Amino acid sequence: MQIVLNGKPFEIKENATVGDLLQELDLQGKLAVEINREIIPRSTFRSRPIRAGDEIEIVHAIGGG
Amino acid sequence: MNTEVIKEDNPLSFAGGTFHSRLLVGTGKYRDLEETRRAIEASGAEIVTVAIRRTNIGQDKNEPSLLEVISPDNYTILPNTAGCYDAESAIRTCQMARELLDGHTLVKLEVLGDEKTLFPDIPETLVAAEKLIADDFQVMVYTNDDPVMAKRFEELGCIAVMPLAAPIGSGLGIRNPYNIRTIVENAGVPILVDAGVGTASDAAIAMELGCDGVLMNTAIAGADDPVLMASAMKKAVEAGREAWLAGRIPRRAYATASSPIDGTFF
Repeated sequence: MQIVLNGKPFEIKENATVGDLLQELDLQGKLAVEINREIIPRSTFRSRPIRAGDEIEIVHAIGGG
Repeated sequence: MNTEVIKEDNPLSFAGGTFHSRLLVGTGKYRDLEETRRAIEASGAEIVTVAIRRTNIGQDKNEPSLLEVISPDNYTILPNTAGCYDAESAIRTCQMARELLDGHTLVKLEVLGDEKTLFPDIPETLVAAEKLIADDFQVMVYTNDDPVMAKRFEELGCIAVMPLAAPIGSGLGIRNPYNIRTIVENAGVPILVDAGVGTASDAAIAMELGCDGVLMNTAIAGADDPVLMASAMKKAVEAGREAWLAGRIPRRAYATASSPIDGTFF
């Protein structure tokens, strides 16, 4: 199924959770995830399902003033 | 030999912490993370700003991340809302920052109003500040050098007010020292000059005006030798602070002789 990940179309398997997505992307360290503008607590990554068309943002801290 | 102990300054107390450094630094515009690390170490800063941005999907996994180099265990991380032009995106950014920093509520709120000057959009900043404070964030607010607005942000519940010295990244120094001084005189919360510092003397002037601290990024990261400039800024902030505590002499239009007039033999 297709989702929008960080502003771009992204293909992911059906019934995937946020945890599955992060694993597939091999993203570690401190990050935050938003689905359709709702913040997803880290504790629910493994259980939170992703649905077709979801707009997902994954952010982290970078250099800035 | 003079062994007199110099009067010790009180640390900067706010945001539930005490800070011995009054220099706050950003982490943007450095060549690489190693230069970031070295410059921030040389600055002596304890509070360090970061930006919140999208992760690069498909990035090099072995590349260290900023928070591995500037660890929240060693520094107080101050996420900013740079790049936000409305209250909504600034609030979203703060909420994301709180989540990724495990519930950390200290934020630097900046809502910009103009791409050319990066001057703040005050009405939007007020809306964002009010909502963030209601949501238990500790808000350090970037604002212009307007004493009325500075007081308004304090009354709203911001834990620190950070007037600009000059436009972000401009290096023009303190363009309106009289306003900064008025803001300091009126303040019941820490006042930090944020943005516009170009070199060490600018930082010293901010502190000589009575500011509680200075926040800067470009002045260090953009210098030819960022690590050396970070060290210079550390000393300038300390020197300016001591000069403020010591109490400078008044300015006079004419000379007053340093050597006694009595006892001349000629």
